[in-house]
Amino acid sequence: MLLVVGFALVLIRDLFAVAMLTGIYSLLSACFFMLQDAVDVAFTEAAVGAGITTILFLATMSQVGRTERKPKNKPWFAIGLCSLVAALLVYASFDMPDYGDPLAPVHQHVAPRYTETSPNEVGPPNMVTSVLASYRGYDTLGETGVVFTAGVGVLLLLGPGLRRRYRRDLPAPKDGKKHAE
Amino acid sequence: MLNKPTSLVGNPIIRGVTVLLMAPILLFALYVQWHGDYGPGGGFQAGVIFAVGIIAHGLIFGVRATQRMISPDAVRIGAVIGWMLYLMTGVISMWRGAEFLNYSALVHDPLHGQHYGILSIELGVGITVASVMILLFYSFVGGGRNT
Repeated sequence: MLLVVGFALVLIRDLFAVAMLTGIYSLLSACFFMLQDAVDVAFTEAAVGAGITTILFLATMSQVGRTERKPKNKPWFAIGLCSLVAALLVYASFDMPDYGDPLAPVHQHVAPRYTETSPNEVGPPNMVTSVLASYRGYDTLGETGVVFTAGVGVLLLLGPGLRRRYRRDLPAPKDGKKHAE
Repeated sequence: MLNKPTSLVGNPIIRGVTVLLMAPILLFALYVQWHGDYGPGGGFQAGVIFAVGIIAHGLIFGVRATQRMISPDAVRIGAVIGWMLYLMTGVISMWRGAEFLNYSALVHDPLHGQHYGILSIELGVGITVASVMILLFYSFVGGGRNT
């Protein structure tokens, strides 16, 4: 089902439908994560992917119009390269340990220590929170920094007029100047 | 444009549903924020859900109405405050004699310290994420030429 939605995403030129399909794709991924018992990841995917990304796409679309131009060239080389990499990835996945295998390397590294000591060391019943906020506090600090930097970047690109327009649209502007747009 | 009264925006059913749903959405965001220790969720998700509630208001009632409620300056300052809260939690734990971001040193009992530390940084994450998302919305929608 994810594949069908993915191909539809590539082929459809109506950006409104594409935004909706992106939301559907995220929701399907969220169900997929849910089936794998990754509740926190599923929750994030549903909130971020299906929720706010769709809304931000719609907001952007209201500025740029809703149809995509037909591309002039046929990117055969890029398609071939992508297919090659995809095939290599699938080939590599044959080497992966079975899903849920307790002897898989990922379950042998630091995970046992977290599951054994985090109730006494950190406390919260939700172990994901204790790993994310306490053991991996630096990572989360960096992630928050990434979000912050993204906001700063958008402000630098689109922002200079934001405050001015806001002032202009207030009922009684204090400076009384008129700003030409 | 989104802030012109089009048929969708003027629709009384959509306005009514938005008014009805906005408070539960914000309340759910707070629940996710403070309940992240016990169930799925935390600052990232809570911030996004909070921002969705505010953005829904902006989509239906026009971005000007939302900006009178939460000004663009407020979200800019909020984005900084959230991250500073996170950093300061780390600095305070360092000041109290432990490593940066080692919450065990925040109060006398290490487990309580971890608890307060996690709540504090999750709040910081939530504030930053919500502010940045609303900021993105303001920048995209408020950035048009014919506003």
